[in-house]
Amino acid sequence: MSQFTINLIFVGASFALYFGIAIWARAGSTKEFYVAGGGVHPVMNGMATAADWMSAASFISMAGLIAAGGYANSTFLMGWTGGYVLLAMLLAPYLRKFGKFTVPDFIGDRFYSRAARLVAVACLITASVTYVIGQMTGAGVAFSRFLEVGKDTGLIIAAIVVFFYAVLGGMKGITYTQVAQYCVLIVAYTIPAVFISLQLTDTFLPALGLFSNHVESGMPLLQKLDEVVRELGFKDYTADVDNKLNMVLFTLSLMIGTAGLPHVIIRFFTVPKVADARWSAGWALVFIALLYLTAPAVASMARLNLMTTIYPEGPSEQAIRYDERPDWIQTWETTGLIKYEDKNSDGRIQFYNDTPTFKTQAEERGWDGNELTVNRDILVLANPEIANLPSWVVGLIAAGGLAAALSTAAGLLLAISSAVSHDVIKGSIKPDISEKGELLAARISMFVAIVVATFLGMNPPGFAAQVVALAFGIAAASIFPALMMGIFSKRINSTGAVAGMLAGILSTLVYIFTYLGWFFIPDTNTLANTPENWLFGISPLSFGAIGAVINFATAFAVSSVTEEVPSDIQDLVESVRYPKGAGGAVDH
Amino acid sequence: MSDHTKNQESYWQANVRLITGCLIIWALVSYGGGMIFRPLLSGISVGGTDLGFWFAQQGSILTFILITFFYAWKMNRLDQEFGLDEE
Repeated sequence: MSQFTINLIFVGASFALYFGIAIWARAGSTKEFYVAGGGVHPVMNGMATAADWMSAASFISMAGLIAAGGYANSTFLMGWTGGYVLLAMLLAPYLRKFGKFTVPDFIGDRFYSRAARLVAVACLITASVTYVIGQMTGAGVAFSRFLEVGKDTGLIIAAIVVFFYAVLGGMKGITYTQVAQYCVLIVAYTIPAVFISLQLTDTFLPALGLFSNHVESGMPLLQKLDEVVRELGFKDYTADVDNKLNMVLFTLSLMIGTAGLPHVIIRFFTVPKVADARWSAGWALVFIALLYLTAPAVASMARLNLMTTIYPEGPSEQAIRYDERPDWIQTWETTGLIKYEDKNSDGRIQFYNDTPTFKTQAEERGWDGNELTVNRDILVLANPEIANLPSWVVGLIAAGGLAAALSTAAGLLLAISSAVSHDVIKGSIKPDISEKGELLAARISMFVAIVVATFLGMNPPGFAAQVVALAFGIAAASIFPALMMGIFSKRINSTGAVAGMLAGILSTLVYIFTYLGWFFIPDTNTLANTPENWLFGISPLSFGAIGAVINFATAFAVSSVTEEVPSDIQDLVESVRYPKGAGGAVDH
Repeated sequence: MSDHTKNQESYWQANVRLITGCLIIWALVSYGGGMIFRPLLSGISVGGTDLGFWFAQQGSILTFILITFFYAWKMNRLDQEFGLDEE
């Protein structure tokens, strides 16, 4: 059976499962569409949150970025898990106690104004749409590989599948499908990692294998890797980072952003009690950690395997001949995500770091530039093939990657559609809209969001995980501070909160657009996106943390010179702080 | 101030204290061990690399899980002590 057929069987079977569950659990009412009736067990909810959370960025893209950047990209690991600590302590229990459907619901009520609510909706939509672009990029890569079509065709197929999938169910459908998706994606991620860890380090658990000895050379895996990449002019895999300020801010921005993303927060409305919201955050983190502890192992081992494939005799010997290249390089070449150019016409694939400092060494070896370009987003998907694992493992990872992309895209589209239909149309424009009309509006806004995301996904402003990181920056600068101040301060009033959110999101967007193109349209950036141009060496990906500080500071300054918070709102703040008398999530 | 609100006040203060403590550990393992203090920890080797690298790629995540569960356990107990839990 060909690899293509096997992929089709695995992906087809997993999709049949998700659609089956989605139809079986079809949402009947608006409440079920948004929050699954408030009756999901914390462990199940944790698992669904994990699936919702771990997207194409975590599954497909992250390990590839760590493989390429080594220690410097540990930021993704810490940033995307550390946010759950914030969520568990600073937001989830109180928002559960508040007991409404959406994030703008809380901001609108707590800051007693329609303006605050609408600004929150705008922030939420900006963050979510940016996030969906990242998902579509990742899903496009996965589809293009397993259907063996071009990248853009893959992207369009992904968009169609995601749309039907998200429209069909609502939250209720999604909760149970996401439990299934979590199982598929974690199995798909772990199995190849275990195989590879056994091959390279003779250790069963990849997380332990990362710090074990490399079987072939007998030296620690990470030292071996450092040695190999150094030989080819790359920075040591474990090398320290010079710009620690940027590293800290980037991680902080990912953490705060995690806690400010509406599709994650919304998850905590679905548990029965406040106490369960706390447990739920812990369980979500456990299920996420299962992948995040494996990812750095996958990263380092895949990097080593990739180098060994290109330099079978070792990095100081000749590179592999192009006509003897393994099948996986051929299949990925058809997607356009691996490119080869024989610059010195010797028929071999020289893969090295083409920098001025390495130039003399390269010339000594008769090399005339790096000849292989590998898109970082393919590393995880190609990983089992690089390690020569059986073809069913390759099929499994295709199914897992799509599960990750699909589940998150669906969760995000749901957050976007509920913001538009529930917060804008029902909450502001047409309060007397029927349930049917609201559901229709929700589906139309999903359609628009996916069209925009697909269009921008054709020329994404970065790799999947980087685009997603931008979305976190935006959420960090706008939503998280407003929510946190709403709970922890009785002094912040409506004017202060609105000013804070606007200052946070606008400063962040301007900074991002300056370097990455206005509204992410390619080639419209004002300054080149290089470290020399960055303000104090802060990259656009890290600016969210600064945006959050601006948001906090503006809100406090403005609130201190404007009106006091009305006493009924102060009572509302009091009531969210104490778990007693939470009741189910209610409509209003 | 009535007894009732006094009780709620001290519950909230206990919560804020607990959060502060947890966040200090949260920052120490990730921003401290994993980034800023990595050069200071470079002498301690772990599986072919140094302790800072371990914190950045594994240690922080494990600590985050512990913190989150500890907070949930401790708060759910505080809820009961102060009689503020849901039935």
